[in-house]
Order: sequence, then C-alpha cells, then structure tokens
Amino acid sequence: MNVLLLLVPAALFLGLLGLAAFLWALKSGQFEDPHGAAARVLDDDEDDQPPRDGETRSR
Amino acid sequence: MTLAQTLPRLSEPAARAPAPAAIDPAPFVRTLKDGTHGLELVVSGAHCANCLRKIETGLGALAGVKSARLNLTTGHLRVEWTGDLPATAFGSALTGLGYPCAPFDPASAAAHKDREGRSLLACLAVAGFASGNIMLFSIGLWTADGADMGPATRAFLHWASAAIALPASIYAGRPFFISAWRALKAGHANMDVPISLAVLLSLAMSLWETIAGGHYAYFDAAVSLLFLLLIGRYLDHRLRYRAGEAARDLVALQAITARRIEPGGRVVPVQARDIAVGDRLLVAPGERISVNARIVEGKSEFDLALLTGESAPATLGPGAGVPGGALNLSGRVVVEAAARVEDSLAADVARLIAIGAQSRSRYVRLADKAASLYVPVVHTLAALTFTGWFLIGGAEVRVALMNAVAVLIITCPCALGLAVPAVQIVAVGRLFRRGVLVKSGDGLERLARIDTVAFDKTGTLTRGRPRLASGEDLPPAMLADAAQLARVSRHPFALALAERAGPGPAAADAEEVAGEGIRGTIAGVPVRLGHRTFVTGEAERGGMEIWFRRSEEEPVRIRFEDELRPDAAEVVRTLRDQGLRLILLSGDAEEPALEVAQALGFEDWHARQTPADKARLLKSLGAEGRRVLMVGDGLNDGPSLACAFVSMSPGTAADTSQAAADFVFQGERLAPILEAMRVARQARSRALENFALAALYNVCALPLAVAGLVTPFIAAIAMSSSSLLVTLNALRLADGRKPQI
Repeated sequence: MNVLLLLVPAALFLGLLGLAAFLWALKSGQFEDPHGAAARVLDDDEDDQPPRDGETRSR
Repeated sequence: MTLAQTLPRLSEPAARAPAPAAIDPAPFVRTLKDGTHGLELVVSGAHCANCLRKIETGLGALAGVKSARLNLTTGHLRVEWTGDLPATAFGSALTGLGYPCAPFDPASAAAHKDREGRSLLACLAVAGFASGNIMLFSIGLWTADGADMGPATRAFLHWASAAIALPASIYAGRPFFISAWRALKAGHANMDVPISLAVLLSLAMSLWETIAGGHYAYFDAAVSLLFLLLIGRYLDHRLRYRAGEAARDLVALQAITARRIEPGGRVVPVQARDIAVGDRLLVAPGERISVNARIVEGKSEFDLALLTGESAPATLGPGAGVPGGALNLSGRVVVEAAARVEDSLAADVARLIAIGAQSRSRYVRLADKAASLYVPVVHTLAALTFTGWFLIGGAEVRVALMNAVAVLIITCPCALGLAVPAVQIVAVGRLFRRGVLVKSGDGLERLARIDTVAFDKTGTLTRGRPRLASGEDLPPAMLADAAQLARVSRHPFALALAERAGPGPAAADAEEVAGEGIRGTIAGVPVRLGHRTFVTGEAERGGMEIWFRRSEEEPVRIRFEDELRPDAAEVVRTLRDQGLRLILLSGDAEEPALEVAQALGFEDWHARQTPADKARLLKSLGAEGRRVLMVGDGLNDGPSLACAFVSMSPGTAADTSQAAADFVFQGERLAPILEAMRVARQARSRALENFALAALYNVCALPLAVAGLVTPFIAAIAMSSSSLLVTLNALRLADGRKPQI
C-alpha cells in the first residue's frame, strides 16, 4: 500500500490544478457573458482575450 | 439545458406607438482624466453573433472610438472614445442598425457586479473538489471496512481526508457560518444554524476520531453536505440576482433626459433630476414630459393612457397643465416646469409603488416556513440523542456526541435547500420560453394561491391602441384619400387609419396643425382630416373619432375603438371557469369601461379609478383575506401592481409598472397568464411533494441515527439519494422542449 503515499498526493495535485484553473477563469471574467462568448467564437476578427475589471479591449 | 438559458433576461422593449424619440445621453457620459469618455447603454434586440458583430464594428468605426463592447447576456454596451464625438452619435448609429437603446445611469446601476454570485461559485468549486476527492478515499475505507485494510493505511486515508476537508469546509462553509452567526446574534435561529452546527461538529468529531485512531470519520459527509447545499444556494442566488437585474435595468431606463432652453436661447440636454421649477423645456413630438409642467408655447395632443388609462388623447394648449409622464403626440411645445421630478405625478406613483412593495415583502416563503418548523425539532432531537446516550444509556461522551452528530447530518436539510430552488429554476426557465419573465423569486409561490384576478382595461385587456371601429366601412376611395393625409402624422388615430389603408403615397403638401388635424390637397381639391372643430367648424369635439372632408362636401365621421386583445374573451372565460372572482379596474370613463365589461362578461367593474383608488380597492380586498392577482400596464396601475398579492404586466407596459410587477409577459395574447398560473400551481405541488419526500426520508433515517446505527457509509448514501430524489422530482416540471437560444 506504500504506493498510495505517491499516488494520493499526485492525484490531489492534478485535481488542485483543475480547481485553480476554474478559480482563475472565474476571477478573470470568463463567465461574465456566456452568450457573448458563444457568439464571439464565430467572429473572425475577434481578439479572444477576456477583459479585466475596469479595462476594455481596444480594437 | 444550461443555467444561463433557463434564466430570464430583460424583456424586449415595448413596441410602443409612436416610438419614443432618441434620448440625448450626454448627461450620462463620464470623462476620465486622460480625456477618455465612457458611456453605458442598454441595447435591446441583440441576440446573435451577427448582432454583436454589427454593433461592435458599427460603433468601432465611428471617429475616435477606442472600444465598444457589448455584453450579449445582459445587453449592456460600453463604449469609450476620445475627441469631441457627441454622445448622440451612438444612439443614432444603434438606431440606424436597428437596435433601440437607452443610456444607463451609472448612479442607479452603481457597480452591480455580481460579487456574491462569484464568491458562491468559488465556494461551490472548492466544495466540489473536496467532496469528490474525499469520496474517493471513503470508498476505499467503506469497502475495506476493517478487514482488508491495516490501521496504518486507514489512518493515512483519514489524515488525507482531514487535510482536504478542514481548509475546504472553512472556505466553502463561510456563506452558512456567516449567516448563522448573524441570525444567532440577532437572537433567532435560521436554517443555517443546524447546517453550520452539523458541519462543524462532524468535522471536530472526525478529527478527534482520526487523532484517536478510531474507526469512523465523517469528513465526506460534512463536505458533501456543503456541496449539495451550495448548489441550492447558488441556484437561488442566480434566480434572485437575475430578477433584481431585470428590475435595475428597468429603473435605469427611466433615467430620461430633457432639453432645457437656457436664457440665451441655447438648448442643452439635462438629466430629469436636474430640472428646477421654472425651467423652460422643449418637448418635440414623440417625447415624454419628465416633470409636471405648464404649456407656454404651442399646442399639441398628449397621450395620457399610461398615466390615467384614458384611451383618447387630450388636446392641450398654452396655459394648460401637463402631468409628468405624458407623451407628446403631434406638436412641438415649450413648457415651464411646475415641479421637480421627485414631486411630479410619475414620482408620486413610484412612491406608492415603494410602499406597496414593502407591505408585500412580509410574505413568508414556503421554504422559510418549513425551516421555522424544522430548526427547533432537529435541535431538540440531537440534544435528546446526546442526553439519552450519555445519561440514560451510560455511553461515553465520545459515542453520545458521535450519535448526536449523526442525527444532525442525517436530518440536514439538503432536500429543503436544494428542492425549492431546483423547482423554481425549472419553472422560471419553462415560463421564460413561453414569453413570461419572472421578476421576483417568490412570485410563483404567491401566484399559485390566488383566488381573485383584477384587470386593468386600456393596454391590458385591450391592445391600447385604437383601430377603426367595426362596422365602419368607408368607401375605398375616401379611405385612400384620408390615408394620404394620415401618413404624415404620428397621432394614434392617423396611424390606425394609415394601417387600415395599407402602403400608399402621402399628399405632397399635407401639413399637420398641432392639436387640430391635417390639411392638404389631393388632385387639386383641398381636404381636411382631424377634430370635428377643425373639419366642420362646429364647436363640439368628440372622443374616439376624427372627421374627414373633401372641399365643401358633407364631412364624414370616422370612429375608432380600442380593440380587445385577440384571446381576451377566452382567457377571461377560462379564469371564471376556474372559479376565480374577476374585477375590472379602469381609469377610463364609464362608457368605454362598461363596453369592455359587457363584452367580456365582468360583473364587477369600476371606472374612473385613480391610481390611489385602485390601490385602496386592492388593499381592502387583501384585508378581507382575498389573494388578488393584478394584471395592469399603465403608470396608474403601478401602485396597485405593487400592493396586490401578486402582479403581472404586459411587455408593452410603462417601465415603472414592469418594475413593480412580479411577472412580465410578452406578445399580443393574454394566454401567458394562464400558462404562468398552471406552472405556478405545478411548482407549488412539486415543492410540497418534495417536502413530503424529505419528511418521509427523515422518518426512515432518523430512528437509525438516534439508535447510533448510522455509519459514514449509510449517511452518504441516505443524503445523496434523498437529494437526487427531490431534484429529479423537481425536473419533472420541465416540459422537455429544447430551450430556444
């Protein structure tokens, strides 16, 4: 069972990476405009950087 | 079906005729230190990728525009630009693209970022991560249960669970802990008290067991409890936030500007709230007067339908008073402000609405009622379990406490916390697809229990715009001639006439005399269309009629009527068949009110009702114990919408009324009222079924917990299966149709 000492931390580390990615996405405004995001994908000229708080994208 | 699709968004703007003139957004522009101007606009009608691209590139192409970004979910557009581009350029560019817009007052919209929603979502993610991982360890612990697993491995898995559960619960449990603490400080107990107690006690007990090398730990129960409850909490928050956002947008839309004539003769746009008594304001046709005022120059007709419910426009000339909120129909007038905006009629109505809304907030939601029964019972049971085991059973403190914690975990209100928001979100999504916007969280609960329906007349039972009276058969040649004059005017009668005649030319020299009518020449013959005095020279003027005359021929009367909505009779009959008491409340005169009452079979009808009369009548009905649904659209219905038990208004209603109503329905038909009532009743019975299921589950599981037979495995199974059961029951409400995006 000693292999658990390696596998449990490894599994947790990978899980934490996913959690961190979600929290980052939440914080950076990726969920502010789900309809818009779905529509912007279809725009060829679209700059795909999300806007940060208080900052707007320049075209 | 994603969450975003089930949630309501701000209703389409009303197709009002005539369309309100473009508002000058100049007073809403904010200028930063570096000379960048910023403006927020509410854009309606944008739904697809194409709209988004058209709007953003269209505005981005204007000189000096640094950025234009539209949030397609909320319909808010933010533009930033440098240089001296006037703010009206954006309005006209958007109107040119086919999207009506209104400036968003940053003061009333003040930074309404959904911080609470974000923090709940972060808590949900952390709790989800923690419960998933701990559950993986727990499965190992349950399956090996003592036999195949050595104490060292068990201790390791317990410690690993503890390392995840403790920080995660402290982070993800904050919404519950803070709310419970606030309630306790205020001297009462809410649902969050037993939740917090269960989570904290089970964590503490499990840690103790882990340190002592014990057999059972409840880390998984504590964390998955938080996870399930946070789902319910987040759904509930989204529902209330979206409802609040729709209401805020409606309030922002009322941030109307006016044009003030400065002493030098210069015309400047000002915000309505900056108007002082004595200011001279210029009001063009199609504009709404923002304050109570007196006409100084010019003559025009005013649409007071939203204020008083009268269907025929009023003609007013110099010296006459005009109430704030009146819509100028035909002529350009100069008025002198007689009151500040907060003392004007529209603001009085807004105050009455606020009072009504306060009285209604006393309604106790179903879930809260259940909680007030539930909390003391659970606490007593847990305390009895502890004392029973400790004192009577003679068990040691550790065992007694463990069993008390098991009682708290087993009875924890996942079903209550998850079931009601799940039912509501499904119901709201289903109604939204049928064109009904639910604006208040508990509106559905209230709608399910009504026993009386009160209708406004103008604009609610009727379309609110005149149509040629039935049986009014003009000779086609005459209709064509009259329409040639009518096409130059925005007066509702003229619009109705032009609509009946269909497309065609307008008389070249047709000229509108404000407040009187239109004159011109057709094929060399002078013709007139308008009020009786204007056309025939007789002194008397009628209500819903205009006259037409070719040269010196006999003048012809053209009568109009306010047409009923297509399914008004059917809906009213269905409501009566359901045994509901029906009342007609109209601000209009007796004659048109009686006409509608007879056509639809209302026995109880009231005409010439002021906004306060309507509200008083509804209050007295409420005092008799009647639960009234008020359906109305006018500004004059606002107070009664707010003080009725529950209220609905059509999408064509005044913004204030939409803001006061619990539901807003779109379209020409009244059938959405019936659909909303059906869904509300189904939602109520689903919620009650879910309470019954939760009670049944508790009755089965509680004796096990009190007897000390609940292992962490049983707790996990019982908890998740009861949550699944109530959620599935809630989903039965969905109509199975794919949502339209």
